[in-house]
Formats: sequence, C-alpha cells, structure tokens
Amino acid sequence: MSAQTFEATANGETPLFYEVEEHHHPEGSSTMLGFWMYLMSDCLIFAILFACYAVLGHSYGGGEGPKQLFELPLVALNTAMLLFSSLTYGFAMLTMERPGASVRAVQGWLIVTGLFGLAFLCIELYEFSNLIHEGAGPWRSAFLSSFFTLVGTHGLHVTVGLIWLVTLVAQIGMHGLGQANRRRLMCLSMFWHFLDVIWIGVFTIVYLMGVLG
Amino acid sequence: MTSPLPLSSPSISPIFGRLSLDALPLHELPVLVAFAGVAVGGIALLAIITYYKAWGMLWRDWFTSVDHKKIGIMYIILGLVMFVRGFSDALMMRAQQAMAFNGNPGYLPPDHYNQIFTAHGVIMIFFVAMPLVAGLMNFVVPLQIGARDVSFPYLNNFSFWMTTAGAVITMISLFVGNYARTGWLAMPPLSGIAASPDVGVDYYIWGLQVAGVGTLLSGVNLIATIVKMRAPGMTLMKMPVFVWTSLCTNTLIVAAFPVLTAVLALLSLDRYVGMQFFTNGLGGNPMMYVNLIWIWGHPEVYILILPAFGVFSEVVATFASKRLFGYTSMIYATIVITILAYLVWLHHFFTMGSGASVNSFFAITTMIISIPTGAKIFNWLFTMYHGRIRYELPMMWTVAFMLTFVIGGMTGVLLAVPPADFVLHNSLFLIAHFHNVIIGGVVFGMFAGINYWWPKAFGFTLDRVWGKRQFWLWVVGFWFAFAPVYALGLMGVTRRLSQFDDASLQPYFLVAGFGALLILAGTGAMFVQFFVSFRNREKLRDVTGDPWDGRTLEWSTSSPPPDYNFPFTPVVYDNDAWWDMKRRGYVRPTTGFRKIHMPKNTGTGVILAGLSVAFGFGMIWYMWWLAVVSLVGIFAVAIGHSFNYKRDFYIPVEDVVRTEDERTRLLAGEGVSA
Repeated sequence: MSAQTFEATANGETPLFYEVEEHHHPEGSSTMLGFWMYLMSDCLIFAILFACYAVLGHSYGGGEGPKQLFELPLVALNTAMLLFSSLTYGFAMLTMERPGASVRAVQGWLIVTGLFGLAFLCIELYEFSNLIHEGAGPWRSAFLSSFFTLVGTHGLHVTVGLIWLVTLVAQIGMHGLGQANRRRLMCLSMFWHFLDVIWIGVFTIVYLMGVLG
Repeated sequence: MTSPLPLSSPSISPIFGRLSLDALPLHELPVLVAFAGVAVGGIALLAIITYYKAWGMLWRDWFTSVDHKKIGIMYIILGLVMFVRGFSDALMMRAQQAMAFNGNPGYLPPDHYNQIFTAHGVIMIFFVAMPLVAGLMNFVVPLQIGARDVSFPYLNNFSFWMTTAGAVITMISLFVGNYARTGWLAMPPLSGIAASPDVGVDYYIWGLQVAGVGTLLSGVNLIATIVKMRAPGMTLMKMPVFVWTSLCTNTLIVAAFPVLTAVLALLSLDRYVGMQFFTNGLGGNPMMYVNLIWIWGHPEVYILILPAFGVFSEVVATFASKRLFGYTSMIYATIVITILAYLVWLHHFFTMGSGASVNSFFAITTMIISIPTGAKIFNWLFTMYHGRIRYELPMMWTVAFMLTFVIGGMTGVLLAVPPADFVLHNSLFLIAHFHNVIIGGVVFGMFAGINYWWPKAFGFTLDRVWGKRQFWLWVVGFWFAFAPVYALGLMGVTRRLSQFDDASLQPYFLVAGFGALLILAGTGAMFVQFFVSFRNREKLRDVTGDPWDGRTLEWSTSSPPPDYNFPFTPVVYDNDAWWDMKRRGYVRPTTGFRKIHMPKNTGTGVILAGLSVAFGFGMIWYMWWLAVVSLVGIFAVAIGHSFNYKRDFYIPVEDVVRTEDERTRLLAGEGVSA
C-alpha cells in the first residue's frame, strides 16, 4: 500500500475502504515490543527495591553495616561470572545470526552461559549463608532486609533465566533455529543482558559505595 | 539465627498448616447465611449447567477462548458478580451506621465491621471497577482499530483467569478464615505480623498479587495491540478517543502495577520472613509503605477514570450526531492527565508532615489536574451544543456523569488545599468525595458503556424502560447516599467508625441508608433490564450492526461480530472512520473472501489460574507442601505450554462466505421491511 492510498479523495470519488488481500500481521511481530514493556515494568520493581535500599541502607538497627559485612573480592568474582555469562550469551546470538548456523554451536554457547549463571548463583548463596551464620540475616535490620531483598530478587530472576535457558536449549534441539525459536532466544537475550545491567547497579550502589564510600 | 516468626511453631500442622475447623464461620450467623446463599446458588448454577449439558460448550467456547470479545464479556460478568458482593458489604455498613447510636452497638461486631469495610474497598476497586474497565477495553479496542484480535490472544485469556483467581482467593476468605481488618490499603504497622497475626492480611496480599499478574499482562497486551495492530491509515491522531484513553490507561497500568507488586512483596517479607521494612523496630519505616502504595494508588484512580472518559467521548459524539469537539485537545488533555497522575500521590497524606514546601508542590500539581479535566468537560458540552441530541440511555448516563462528576471534582480541589486537608483528612468528606468521582465517573461510565455496546456484543439493544428506572434510581440514590456523607464529613465525623456517641448525627446516616436502598433498587432494575431485554431479544434485535448511527469501526461489522471481526481489514481515512465510510458511499463487499488466520483456543490459562489459587491458599494457611507443589505445577504447565508451536489455524473460506452471506441476507431483509 502506498501512502497515497490513505489520502482522502478530494473529488468525491469513493476511496477503497478495505484491503482486498488478507492483511497479515507476521506472527510474533508484537513480541519484541511486548517483551520490552514487560522488562521495563520489571525494571520498575527493581527501582522500588533500589529506592528502599537508598532509604533504609543506613538503618543498621544497632547491627553491622556494609563495611564489616561485605567482602569485595568475592563480589568481584561473582560480578565477573555474570559479565562473562552475558558475553557468552552474546556469542550464542552471533552464532545464531550466521548463515547456516549450527544448532549444536548455539546450544554450546547457551550451556556455557548457563554454567556461568549457575556459578554466579552459587557464589551468591554462599555469601548469603555466610551472612546468616554471622547473625546478619535479613530480619536483623532494615538495612539487611533491603539488601537481601534487592540482591535476592536479582538472584531469583537469574534462577528463572536459567530455567528458561534450559528450556530453550531443549526447544532448539527439537525444532531447530526457526523464526519462533530465534524470537525466543532474542527475548531471553534481552532478559539476560537486562539482569546484567541491574547487577551493575547493585554492584556499584550496594557493594562499592557501601564498602568504599 | 532464625527468624522470630510463628511459621514453624508446633501448633502448625504439616498438612493443614494453621487451617482448622475453627476457621469455618460455624458460630457467626450472618456469615453462615451468606455461605448458605452462595452454596445453594452455586450448586443450583452447577446443576443447571449440568442439566443442559453446557459444560463442554462453556469450556470450548468461553473458558478456553482467546477471542477478545468473549474475554471482554467474561470480564464484565466477573465485575457484575463481584459488584453484588461489594454492594452487599456497602449495605451492611449503611445498616450498621444507621442504627449504632445511643449505646446500641448495632448488629455487626467491630471485628466483623472492620473486615467488611476492607473487603468493600478492595472488591469494588480490584474486582469490580478493574474487570469492568478491562472488559470494555478488551471488547471494544480491537474492534475500533479494525483488528482481528489483540497482540497476544493467549496471554489475554491467561490475564482474565488470573484476575478471576484473585477474586476467588478473596471470596474464599468469607468462608474459610477471615479477611483483613486494615482498610483497603493495608497500612503497616497495623497490617504487620505483630498487629495482624492471622490470615486476613495474607488473603489480602495473595488475592491482589495473583490478580495483579493478570492486570499487568493485560496492560502490556493492550498497549502492544494499539501500537501494532491498527488498521492501515489509522494514524495515532486518527484513533477513536476510547482507544486513546485505553492506551493511556494501559500505560499507567504497566507503569504503576509493578509498584503495587513490589510493595506487597515487601509487606509479605515482613510478615513471612520477619524482615524489617515497615516494622517499628530495627530501622524499619512504616511511612515508606504509605508512600509506595500511593505511588501505585493514585495512578490507579486514573486507570479507572480514563476509559470512562473515553466512553463518554464516544457516546457524546454518537448521540449528538456530531464530530467530537476538540479531538486534539481531548487527546492532549488525556496525555497530560496520564503524566500528572504520577506527580500527585503525596496529596493522600499531607498530614504525614513532609513540610510546607513538599505539600505545596503536590497541592499545586493536584490542582493543575483539574485543568485538562475541565477542558474535557467543555469539549463534551461543545459537542452537544447545536447537536441533534438523542437521549438514549448511554447519553443519559453521560449527562448525569457531567453534573455529578463536576461536583466531585470541585470537592477534590478543595481537599487538595493542604490546610483544608488537615481538617478533612480521613473524614467522611473524603469518603463522599471519592465515591462522588468513582460512582459519578467510573460507574456511570461503565453503565453508559454497557448500554452503548451491549447491542454490538449480543445483537439486540437493552430495554429502555427498565434502563430508565435503573438510571433514575441510581442517580437519585447516589445523591441521597452521599450528600449526607459530605455534610457529616464537614462536621468532623471520621471514616470507618462502627458506633457513634452523638445522636444528632443519626438522621444523616438514615438518609444515607435510604439512598443505599434506592441504589439497591436501581441495581435490581439493571438485572431486570438484562433479563427483560433477553426475553424480548427478537423485538429488540438489531440486524444492521449499527443501531445508534455510530461513527467508529466497531459499528461497521455485524452484531455480534463474527469471530474474525472484519472479513476484510478496513482502511481508515478519518478519525470517525465508519461515519466517513457511510458518507462517502462505502459498499459492503459480498464476494472475494479469503481464508482467515486466527489463534487457537487453549486451556492453559484456566489451569495456571487454578494452580495460582492453590498456591495462594497454601501460602495463606502455611500449608507449605501445597504452595511448593502448586508452584512447581505452575512452572511445569507454563513450560509445557511453550513446547506447543502450533497455536493458530485458518478459518476456511467456506465458513467466511457462509457467515457473510447470512449477513447479506439479513441486511437485505431489513431493507425490504423498512
């Protein structure tokens, strides 16, 4: 359809009021937009959690604060795991975009991504259990409540991302790299990088500013 | 080391959690009567469905349907059913307040009364107003933009069932356990575990969390639909006003509901894990909850009112037989309201003590909102000016809205003045104000919308006589019910009281109670109207699909529309697209049909919503095994659904031809008899 078709005819002719050919919305044409909106709404949840941390982050309730509790080397290792996983997810997407991409190669990169993600989660759980054993559990003070909730919500997202990733590895094994699966890989890619961005915020505001600030 | 909570105390059974026979209201007569009523009614309904062997039809054609029209109708049914519950609560409160004077404690114990005013607020906002609004948007928006369905039809079905699941969880509290006694926003520390240790607040939390998932996804879905699925030629500034207000409402939903989800999750963490977000000890800050919940809560009222504004815009233009006055200014007014909706939340708690500067900022932003709203009122009035107005039922509701809503708006501006608010905060004046704008705006708007689009949904118009009875009883009843409440508020009576010492107040409450009875009669008239119209449906039949001489695309197709809405995708040149088509000699195509690509039905939404009810119930009653099993079930079903790649089908061309030939025949018959 050219743009001219839509212009009202000035000379009183009856324009064409319907499309003779079947109007096609390609399947999944709204998915990216929809997923972006979902991500932004999720981002708002993190915004609320960051805001709570900003308000409550110094309410130690007579207990210990970030300087005593956080170990930056461990967090640095953890951050590296997550950043590497984003890098390898990027490789998975590049592999997928190559003409004649092999399913195996994409699966391989996805599994490497998953392993990095799993390492991230394990380190986080190790950190959490250490804190709880030191008597700094989430119920100890408002600062620790907001810390555990912010970091834990991010960890929960990574967990869901891992379940999704395993599902997709199976699905591209079964159905190859068709349109639907490419779209799903794109969505998970956005989700995974989004979690990376959130983590940069967590790392900076919670850990770096908490320990060094 | 461990959390200081009673989650694993020995009194909690590993199987039933904290649920025991004591949770059933065996000793409370009013609840037993309600329970008996619901049980008998429910069993009768199930028996009728079974007798007519309608289960298969209901499951195939409705419950699993991804058709936006059917989902819209189901939303509206949900809203009307829950209205009966929410309005019963209102009547009980009116009766209690009318009698509890001079040492008479009334018939409701305070504990029960507190649950009723909480449930009334929660149900009316979340499970009446929201489903009615979502239902109208779902039904109308795809038709108005010339689309076959929404962007994500399966997600739409899922959203509806999640909203229903939230309503089910809330309703269970009536019979198993109790509901929150905190007021509809469940402010801590009252809603914390120390002050509210039983299941009431947990019912509140999980009912809203489950329904919130549905609301958010429905918001994403409708935005994507409006942005991506418009008919060719329909630029943004050629969209019908209802589509515009829907777009703004859904933007508000996507930008506000995550805040509610987050704040309720934090309250849950306080209650379940013993965290210190909103507690009074160890650094917690209860006022943060108040801030956060109103950051959601204020946009919420615009989420409800904007679609009603959209309805009135459609109705006024149609029944004045004129193009809407000031279309562009209407759109910009809507957008300005959408943005300002985020900048006023603090006016709900001027008394918190944020200081004069902060209060002034929020007072001014609040007052500014009345400017775009006033512009809208003038646009509607100028549309009517020199129009050929037909006072059909939707138009009557619109006029009643303008008269009622303007007064509610003015009392709102009054409350926006911080010094005045310090006097009126939490008084009955506030109660009268927000009922004035929500009933006079949202409820009247929904009635206008139901009367306006009913013929589109079912193919016959609604009975005018009973519709007028409903109209007059409601409008007059509203003023009888709330004018005295304004007066009481100015006299300093605070909200949520179950007993009064000052006997001189009683006449006002008696008048308000009388008003509630008028509204009851009006509601009865509405249901009679539905029944009478259904019985006389052949006489009220509209075969044209355009009973009001409408202006927008939904009136260009048959009533009810076929599954595929439009046999050919319309091409739009004007913002009153159908009016334009009628004026410029549009001829309905009768040949050349193609097969049509459509989404398949699925039962996954129903199953996921059912599992969510089980999950919520498990969390509420500390039945951890049930919560874990149903959560695993939710993941398993959702993942299983993603392995289904065949989600669409083609309506064969023969079916399209048969449907369209039938319409051709009907239209021809109409032409002969006319």
